[in-house]
Amino acid sequence: MKAAVDLRVRLGAVELANPVMTASGTFGYGAEFAGLVKLSCLGAIVTKGISLAPKAGNPPPRVVETPAGMLNAIGLENVGIERFLQEKLPFLRQCGTKVVVNILGDSEEEYAELAARLAGAEGVDALEINISCPNVRHGGMAFGADPQMAAGVVRAVKRQASQPVIVKLSPNVTDIALMARAAEDAGADALSLINTLVGMAIDIRTRRPKLANRTGGLSGPAIKPVALRMVWQAAAAVQIPVIGIGGIATAEDAIEFLLAGASAVQVGTANFYNPQATAQIVDGIAAYLEEQGENSVQNIIGGLRDA
Amino acid sequence: MSEFQKNCTVRRVETLGCNLIRLTLEAPEIAGAVQPGQFVMVACGTNRDPLLRRPLSVHWADAEGTIQLLVRVVGRGTAALAQTRAGESLSLIGPLGRGFSLEASRPCLVGGGIGAAPLLLLAQRLAEQGLKPLVLLGAATAAEAHILQQAFQALGCSLALATDDGSLGHRGFVTELLSAQAAQADKLYACGPQPMMAAVARFGADRGIACEVSLETAMACGLGACLGCAIPDPGQPGAYRHVCKNGPVFLAGEVLWT
Ligand SMILES: Cc1cc2nc3c(=O)[nH]c(=O)nc-3n(C[C@H](O)[C@H](O)[C@H](O)COP(=O)(O)OP(=O)(O)OC[C@H]3O[C@@H](n4cnc5c(N)ncnc54)[C@H](O)[C@@H]3O)c2cc1C
Ligand SMILES: Cc1cc2nc3c(=O)[nH]c(=O)nc-3n(C[C@H](O)[C@H](O)[C@H](O)COP(=O)(O)O)c2cc1C
Ligand code: FES
Repeated sequence: MKAAVDLRVRLGAVELANPVMTASGTFGYGAEFAGLVKLSCLGAIVTKGISLAPKAGNPPPRVVETPAGMLNAIGLENVGIERFLQEKLPFLRQCGTKVVVNILGDSEEEYAELAARLAGAEGVDALEINISCPNVRHGGMAFGADPQMAAGVVRAVKRQASQPVIVKLSPNVTDIALMARAAEDAGADALSLINTLVGMAIDIRTRRPKLANRTGGLSGPAIKPVALRMVWQAAAAVQIPVIGIGGIATAEDAIEFLLAGASAVQVGTANFYNPQATAQIVDGIAAYLEEQGENSVQNIIGGLRDA
Repeated sequence: MSEFQKNCTVRRVETLGCNLIRLTLEAPEIAGAVQPGQFVMVACGTNRDPLLRRPLSVHWADAEGTIQLLVRVVGRGTAALAQTRAGESLSLIGPLGRGFSLEASRPCLVGGGIGAAPLLLLAQRLAEQGLKPLVLLGAATAAEAHILQQAFQALGCSLALATDDGSLGHRGFVTELLSAQAAQADKLYACGPQPMMAAVARFGADRGIACEVSLETAMACGLGACLGCAIPDPGQPGAYRHVCKNGPVFLAGEVLWT
């Protein structure tokens, strides 16, 4: 039955077996989920964000649940590029799926050096540049909020990278179309959005913020309508493929993003409460296409009809 | 490491008083694999509300493939669990994390309140090794102490109790029982409020008795993926360890006591 529909999608030079990817920071380095979901069913695994040096991350508390979502202030804790290549990449290589390495830095040079370290690395199919993480004061926020700075990072990475470069946009901007075009003009092969929305929660008994970092990134079903709107706007603004992210938990959610113009989707917070979410979404998209009499997922990408 | 995501049929929901409930579930894979001190992530409520699963220690597991969870109702998720009926099913992921080590000859288990939950399975496994664990239980009232007392006694444990109101056993903190009761122990296991565990850790450190503690933090995934469950690593200042993967059971020396 499933063989009847074609789920393949293209992100620049990479072809995915299906449009369902994992979102950075919600799937570890893949191995964490190996016992709970068949990794070879996924379109791609996107790794936790990697920096040049390891990062310890923020003090706790780092996560707090909110209505239909959660706030996180992990602070980009990661093992650093060296240990990633040594300890994490070998496992990812043999998962039977595409691997996208999410990178972050606090200068153009750092992003460029990461891209250089990953250039030609066996088993790395694409890079995703996080220019949008709102958690660390000197992190990517500044790049993601300013079209010029974002373009600078994209160009610096493109000069070094041997793989297609996905630019992950921040939703914490006034005009997402402007940012999307800036990334495209700077040479991005694809865009992904949205990263988390900056939010806050307060404990009224202690009168303190619930997160040690005070603010954190909002994710989960609560952000889906905002994400969908931004993906729709970004997809209309650029020619390159767009990857939809934000609150996707079911096939129906994913299909909304595809109709809005996304060529693929990433599943984030849903992995935490339903580790099989990605595989279920792949099956659900196939079932929808069949029911709609479509033989390829390509037929519905951007297929939104007028109101 | 093998963990499972399973829909488990609820056999029984017992309302025990003192805001405690005991859930009995059919979970053969988890019952077969669980080590004492490990936990499960439980989807509470309906339609993913609340959104995130709740971490709960495995309280009991038997050869028939059932497990028990002992739950204090403190908020939305646990309140939803209390509404569960026999015959319904709950989605569990587990067993997760690093449990207690069973290396001991004269074990002393110290539980404060709901912290006693994982200690029952530990006592059972220690008793299986032919040991007679000493169990020090702290509870708010006699009624709460009674809920666990019998289960530990049935395993042949020797028991000493402390209650906040003095309605049973020693009046005051359970840790005040340590010097009279636990001087001969060669291993301390503690689970309960942070100050209680810190006092047990100090007692162990002072006398050179190995001590393991089971910690709690907020958890989004329980799988080592979100990195939300960080605690400071005293071995590497500025660095963190993760309660769901490196723990929830830690050696007392691996914890920064504040
Ligand atoms: C490894 C592990 C094992 C656990 N085992 C058990 C167990 O066997 N039995 C049991 O009853 N509880 C156990 N807990 C605690 C349990 O997970 C929380 O009580 C539960 O998540 C609360 O959910 P809620 O929706 O009812 O409360 P919420 O509405 O989320 O919160 C209610 C109140 O509880 C506090 N709270 C929430 N989560 C935690 C937490 N993890 N630690 C401390 N305070 C918290 C909140 O700050 C708030 O004040 C364990 C926790 C961990 C990390
Ligand atoms: C705990 C957590 C950690 C995250 N870490 C990263 C990260 O390291 N790099 C990144 O680009 N995005 C990170 N994100 C953002 C997600 O990849 C995703 O963009 C966002 O959560 C929205 O999708 P969702 O609603 O499906 O979770 C993280 C999100 C969460 C919840
Ligand atoms: S709870 Fe997600 S890493 Fe520990």
